[in-house]
Amino acid sequence: MNGSNQEDTHRTIERVARESYGRLVAYLSVQTHDLASAEDALSKALLSALTHWPQDGVPQNPEAWLLTAARRSVIDVVRHQRVAQASEPTLKLLKEDSMETMLGTDFPDERLKLLFVCTHPAIDPAMHTPLMLQTVLGLDAARIAQVFLIAPKTMGQRLFRAKTKIRSGGIPFEVPQERDLPQRLDAVLEAIYAAFGIGWDELFGTDQRGRSLAEEATWLARVLLQLMPDEAEVQGLLALMLHCEARRSARRGPDSRYIPLSEQNPKHWSLPLIEEAERHLSEAFKLGRSGRFQLEAAIQSVHAERGRTGRTDWAAIAAFYEQLVRISFSLGTQAAYAAAVAEAKGPEAGLAVLESIDRDAVADYQPYWAVRAHLLQRLGKTREAADAYDRAIDLAEDPAVREFLLQKRG
Amino acid sequence: MQFALMIYHSPEEFAMRKNDYNDPQLGAWRAYHKALVQARVYVGANALELPETGTTLRLRDGKRRVQDGPYADTKEQLAGFIILELPSVDAALEWAARCPGASLGAVEVRPLAPEAMQRGFTG
Repeated sequence: MNGSNQEDTHRTIERVARESYGRLVAYLSVQTHDLASAEDALSKALLSALTHWPQDGVPQNPEAWLLTAARRSVIDVVRHQRVAQASEPTLKLLKEDSMETMLGTDFPDERLKLLFVCTHPAIDPAMHTPLMLQTVLGLDAARIAQVFLIAPKTMGQRLFRAKTKIRSGGIPFEVPQERDLPQRLDAVLEAIYAAFGIGWDELFGTDQRGRSLAEEATWLARVLLQLMPDEAEVQGLLALMLHCEARRSARRGPDSRYIPLSEQNPKHWSLPLIEEAERHLSEAFKLGRSGRFQLEAAIQSVHAERGRTGRTDWAAIAAFYEQLVRISFSLGTQAAYAAAVAEAKGPEAGLAVLESIDRDAVADYQPYWAVRAHLLQRLGKTREAADAYDRAIDLAEDPAVREFLLQKRG
Repeated sequence: MQFALMIYHSPEEFAMRKNDYNDPQLGAWRAYHKALVQARVYVGANALELPETGTTLRLRDGKRRVQDGPYADTKEQLAGFIILELPSVDAALEWAARCPGASLGAVEVRPLAPEAMQRGFTG
C-alpha cells in the first residue's frame, strides 16, 4: 500500500475515533459498569486498527469492527481476572458476544447515560467536566490537566479515583427518573458549559487548543440536544454557546488587543451562528419552561440585536439579569447585573447594586472591581476609581485584559 | 448490592442520646427501622456505645499497643451502622436522606465489597 493511501487510512481511523469514541465507550461501559476497562479496550481496538486497516483495507463498517475488537479485549481482561470478580454485567456482555453480527451500526446510543454517570452527585463536582471530556470525547488526561492547570499525574489519579467509584460505588448507568431529572440535568449542562468556559479562557492565550475545546463543548451540547430534544434548558445552553461563538473573532483586535462587547464591531460577528442561536432560543421558549441558560442566552440575544438596530436595549438586559440573579445567584451574575443597571438607569443605580454584595465575598473577584472602577469613573470620582482599577488590574489574569484596564485607568 | 449507612455523631449528638423509650429521637429511629423492614431493604443494623468506651489496639514487633479511645481522633465519631440491600447508590442516598442520623450528624454511604471478595475473606 502506498503512502498516501496509508495516510487516508490513518485519517479514517482518526475520524472514526473522533465520531465514535463516546458512543463506543458508552455502549461498552453501560454493560460492564467499568469505564476504565471500556476505554482501555477501545484504545487497544484503535491500535489494532492502525496495524490491520492499512494492510487489509478499511472495513465496510469501521464502528462495528472497533466494537467487536474492543469487546474481545474486554472479554480477555475478564478471563484474566475471572477468579477475582467476574461480575454479572460483564458476563452479560460475554453472552451478547454472539449477537454482535446483529448489532451492526445500530447498537444503541448510550451516551446520555454516560453523561449522567459523569455528573452523578456522588462524584466530586470538580471532576464532572474532566470525566466527560475523557469518556465522551476521548481527550487524554494530560490534555485535560493542561486546561485545568494541574499536573497531568494528579489529573490522572483523580480520573482514576472517579472511575473506581463509578465501577464499585453502585452508580447506576441510567437516565434519572422524572423527579430527579431537573437537578441531574443541571449538572450535565453545568459540566458542558464549564468545558466551553475553559475553552474561552484558553482563547485569551494565542493557542489553538482553546478554540477546539470550545468546539468540543458545543458538539457535546448538540449531542445532548439530539438525545433530549424537548428540554428547554438544553436548547438554551446551545443558544448561549452559539451566541458566544458568533463573537469569537470580534473579541480581539488585529494586534490581539482585547475588545469588550460594547466596543465590538457587529460586522465581525458571525450571522449564521447568531441565526442558529436564535432558532434554538425560540424553540426553547416554545417549551414554556424558563431557566438559567435560556436567560443567559436571551441576554446574549439582546446584545446580538445591536447588529441589526445599532443600539443595545439595556433595560431588557437588566430585566433578564434581575431574573437570573433570582434563580441562580453568583458573583458574576450580580456584577453583570450591576453593569446592566448602570447602562439602563445610570451609574449610581449600578453602584447601588454593587453595594448590596457582601464585601468579603468580592475581595478577590476581578470583574467586581472592573465594573466598580468603570462606574466610579463615570461618576467623576477619579481617586476612588483609580483605586478600584488598581484592584482589578492586580487581579486580572489575562495580559490583554490588564492592558485594557491600564488604558482605562489613564 | 449491599450498602452500609454509617452514622456519625458529634460529642453533642452523643450527649443527646437517651435510654428512654418515649424519647422523640428514638421514636424517629424506630419509625425509620420499620420503614426499612417494610420496604424489604433491611439487612442488619447496630448502634455503638459512646466513642470514649472504645479501645484501640495495634500489634507492633509482637507487642500489643493498647490505646484508650476510638481509632480516629476526629470530632465526629461512628455512632452506628445499617446494612441495606439496594439496586444503586441513588437508592442508598434516598434512604440515607430519610435516616434520622442525617439531620443531626452525617451519614456516609458506602457499598460493601463485592460478594466474590467477601468469599475470599470468609472462605
